[in-house]
Amino acid sequence: MAYNNPDGVMIGLEIHVQLNRLKTKMFCGCSTQYHNSQPNTHVCPVCMGLPGALPVINEGAVEASMKVGLALNCEVTDRTQFHRKNYYYPDLPKGYQVSQYDYPIVSNGKVVIEGEDGELVVRIRRAHMEEDPGKMVHMGTIDKSRGTLIDYNRSGMALLEIVTEPDLRSPKEARRFLDKLRNILEYLDVFDSNLEGSMRVDANISIGGGSRTEVKNISSHKGAERALIYEIMRQKNLLRRGGVVTMETRHFDEARGVTTSMRTKEEEHDYRYFPEPDLVPLKVKDRTSRLLDTLPELPDARRDRFVSQYGVPEMHAKALTSDIKVADFYEMVAEKVDPKVAATWVADVLKGELNYRDLTVKSFNVEDMVKIIQMVIDDRITDRSGVEVIRTMLDSGGIPMDIVQQKGLMKAEDSVVSSAVDEAIKENAAAVEDYMQGKEQSMNFLVGQVMKKTRGRADPQTVREMIISRIK
Amino acid sequence: MITEEEVEHVGWLARIEIDRSKSKEYAEQLNSVLDYFKQLDEVDTEGVEPTYHVEDLVNVLRPDTVTESLTQEEALQNTEHKKDGYFRAPGIM
Ligand SMILES: [Zn+2]
Repeated sequence: MAYNNPDGVMIGLEIHVQLNRLKTKMFCGCSTQYHNSQPNTHVCPVCMGLPGALPVINEGAVEASMKVGLALNCEVTDRTQFHRKNYYYPDLPKGYQVSQYDYPIVSNGKVVIEGEDGELVVRIRRAHMEEDPGKMVHMGTIDKSRGTLIDYNRSGMALLEIVTEPDLRSPKEARRFLDKLRNILEYLDVFDSNLEGSMRVDANISIGGGSRTEVKNISSHKGAERALIYEIMRQKNLLRRGGVVTMETRHFDEARGVTTSMRTKEEEHDYRYFPEPDLVPLKVKDRTSRLLDTLPELPDARRDRFVSQYGVPEMHAKALTSDIKVADFYEMVAEKVDPKVAATWVADVLKGELNYRDLTVKSFNVEDMVKIIQMVIDDRITDRSGVEVIRTMLDSGGIPMDIVQQKGLMKAEDSVVSSAVDEAIKENAAAVEDYMQGKEQSMNFLVGQVMKKTRGRADPQTVREMIISRIK
Repeated sequence: MITEEEVEHVGWLARIEIDRSKSKEYAEQLNSVLDYFKQLDEVDTEGVEPTYHVEDLVNVLRPDTVTESLTQEEALQNTEHKKDGYFRAPGIM
């Protein structure tokens, strides 16, 4: 069914991605491995903006940006260059941010996501390179600030700002876009989403063709969805009361889940962009075909391959490839056991149990998964016991065989089940009679008796079938 | 024409406090600088490529290889405003 977008919602996103898989910063050789380090230990005259320091562009950052652009189906700009964006803030040691302005490195791309009503094409307007500012730590409470402390370790980290057209029509679509983007970036190995501050999002929202507001300071995908839901509701309520949405910048307060107006005296022209005289232009379009050759298999292609190579349903292929680590994990498991069975266990069971506990697939190892699936395939444990083994391992560790033994999950021998069924029928003639008279619950009672006799190691469905065939 | 209000706004952008008694004088000075630049507008630049950089260079790049950073002591040696390894600035917000 077509989605008719009742409120005329239009959402565009600006996503700042830290290219944190590079070894060094954008314009200097300082290491990017500053997380968990003392403040101001990954700095040099360039990234602290000391007079006379000369920035030099990191070739790795240029190629990583191009790869992202190519993966997003963008064109590479023939001649691209850097500008200075001027504003004064303590986290910006030079008094300007080196960014790109009229010639971003890539532009005019598109990404296909799963929209409200099937595939949705989200156009990418542009992606430009810029440097990250330092990090500020506020002393005391925000109300009674006793000063700001600044750590320049982050200053000069390579960022890529990806800007979409306002093609998204709901908070859900925005979140799906962000999930897909993150997935692509991780496939490209230019980005590690687990590091603090690795992806920051600003969102432009308008409804019913009215003015748009820009919501800043969104730091997670869940946060983006919440901020958008709130902002759409706020605009709708405002219109319902006869008000008018004014073009403004708003701040998302993650803790309270609300957006608040940010008084900004700076307008676009106040940034006084001008070409960065310390950097010469880039002409790197001729690297396009070489870089295209180095692009890894991306999520959509891998999904299609999973369907054709392993014969797994589209739904499982999607779930498995929506996170590169899960996809890699699955392929290793699928080498050892039936790929279709493996797909169910990894996509439905393991992923669900991991999500529930907020864990990643790193918390589980391939060999254990293979052992569990093999026991199920060999009919030594039931599906339900397989799930229980996984849960136990995630909650308290251990190895599959030990857990199976400690919990007595090994399926009872067929002969044991068979005699337990015979006993249960003999000992509960009244229940058998009731079932024959059409009392369905009596069957549950009989199955329960068999389960009790086998201490839960029989498969309930099989037991049920055995009882029915013997009393008829 | 630059007005006194614009002088004050530009001062604010640069976080420089402009003495009210001086803003008229600064406006006049800035206007004379702008007049001087207006002479450049009279040159016919039809068909001339814009010059973004005086050197005719492109692609000055460095490999993604780590070089040594400063120590925390070195990083902070030019300031008196420091605390626990951080630079210290007035309260923001
Ligand atoms: Zn540096």
